[in-house]
Amino acid sequence: MILSRLAARPPLLAAGLFLALALPWMIYPPVALDIACWALFAAALDLLLGFTGLLSFGHAAFWGTATYVSGLIALRAGLPFPVAVAGGALAAALLSVPIGYLSVRLRGIYFAMVTLAFAQMVYFVVNQWRDVTGGENGLQGVPRELFGLDLSDSFVFYYAGLPLILAGFLAVWRVVRSPFGRVLMSIRDNPARAQALGYPVQRYKLLAFVLSAGLSGLAGGLFALGHGFASLESVYWTTSGQVVMMVVLGGIGTLWGGVIGAGLVVALNDYLVTSGFDGIGIVTGTIFVLVVLVFRRGIWGTARDLVHARTGRRPDPGQGDASDGTPARPEGVGSPV
Amino acid sequence: MADAVLSARGLAKEFRGFRAVDGVDLDVAEGSVHALVGPNGAGKTTLFNLLTGFLSPSAGRITVSGHDITGRRPEQVARMGIARSFQITSLFPQMTPREHVELALAGATGITWKFWRSDRLLDRFRDRAMELLGQVGLTAHAGTPAGTLAYGHKRALELALALALDPRVLLLDEPTAGMGVEDVERTVELVRKVRAGRTVVMVEHNMSVVSSLADRVTVLQSGRVLVEGAYAEIRHDPRVISAYLGDAHAED
Repeated sequence: MILSRLAARPPLLAAGLFLALALPWMIYPPVALDIACWALFAAALDLLLGFTGLLSFGHAAFWGTATYVSGLIALRAGLPFPVAVAGGALAAALLSVPIGYLSVRLRGIYFAMVTLAFAQMVYFVVNQWRDVTGGENGLQGVPRELFGLDLSDSFVFYYAGLPLILAGFLAVWRVVRSPFGRVLMSIRDNPARAQALGYPVQRYKLLAFVLSAGLSGLAGGLFALGHGFASLESVYWTTSGQVVMMVVLGGIGTLWGGVIGAGLVVALNDYLVTSGFDGIGIVTGTIFVLVVLVFRRGIWGTARDLVHARTGRRPDPGQGDASDGTPARPEGVGSPV
Repeated sequence: MADAVLSARGLAKEFRGFRAVDGVDLDVAEGSVHALVGPNGAGKTTLFNLLTGFLSPSAGRITVSGHDITGRRPEQVARMGIARSFQITSLFPQMTPREHVELALAGATGITWKFWRSDRLLDRFRDRAMELLGQVGLTAHAGTPAGTLAYGHKRALELALALALDPRVLLLDEPTAGMGVEDVERTVELVRKVRAGRTVVMVEHNMSVVSSLADRVTVLQSGRVLVEGAYAEIRHDPRVISAYLGDAHAED
């Protein structure tokens, strides 16, 4: 069923898969892995931001927790990397239950602020708990192997990790195109109406939050193993900000827009760092402001609108096959964040 | 009243010192059509929001067949068989009417938790959804995004959504507001058809609709019950005429 529907859009799917497979040949392999991880992170955030209408400003808590948990599992228990990554994803999902429970009843900017506050608490704990997390030094020398296979080469590890990334994307896509996803979009568009139809809105939001956190954890765990370390930066608020920026750049509620946003931001960061330029924030910030001002629906959203205008095809979000979700502006996302 | 399916006792709602609903007692008899009328600002919609859990009362109690439901959340009230429509059309703009009704039908089944399944799972509600859309005259528009529907069709969809929940009590907030004569007539016919086996509470400004449908009328003014009775009784009540009906009758 999943495959038949994916197969309904062969050109895009083929292009995406080709790009995913060819990426480490085109650019420096560690950067390719970075793009893949951030792309999944962005898609997981978009599940919440674009399809549920909740702007989380604290997703670093889930990505970051997963980097540490996955790192520790690989470092201390020496388990194969997929187990370590799965452990990180699970830890992120578990952490998101209490945080989500306490925050999903809030709306708009309040939700964003509370998730940010929880993420800062996680940052504080990770920073203080030196015996386990290494404090400011982070976790160093995290090994990556699979049943005795040495995957320390980044090029090799990219292909070893790619199935997990693709599985993550498939999961996000499936959630968005599920009966549950249909309810999420109805909650995003009109929560009072969804309630009047008998849907317990908070509980649906909570499950969406946990799914989003778990998938963010999957991406974070793979990121940690890919780099062989877990650092404080991964739980810092700038990580939350960066992933929000990627989604907004690519287009909220477009799912694949986040992938473009991630590719753009990571590649740009890498280019600026290697060329020895110090003011990365100035450049990415300027691009961000320009995109928000000029392309209000993000890169993917704007491109899609143009294509639809050309072909006269109307986006038909509820139908699933016709387009990628809905470029609606959730509460609290009307202005640059 | 022993056979009251929906009751309120001393119900009040205060917004920053303004009492929008001020000590309302209400008994809606099982199987009746009960109209709430009154001038703008009388507290009708606030009362609706209180009865359906969208607002929590400052004071008073609400019971359904004797069970206290005060403080229940909207979705819990809906699950108890109390369905409502909204005065200001409240839909999901990007979904089609068929998808709306499918969603309303799916809520009770639990399949909407299945985030690992395809949304084609909802297709099983298609036949029933089309049947309901047929009842409200929306068959031809079943596939149009709700945001682009004509106003009368949006109102019809509101009704179809409420019906999809197969409620014991149907609360309709101005079901004919802004409708042309033809649509009003069709809506009246429809309410007459669907009231079988249900109780209907409606806020309604159109007095000809009230007179042809309502078994009982409660007139509200300034958040209080001014008078209650059969339409024939209340229409000649001088208090009612001075408060409200006088103007409306002049139009009839």
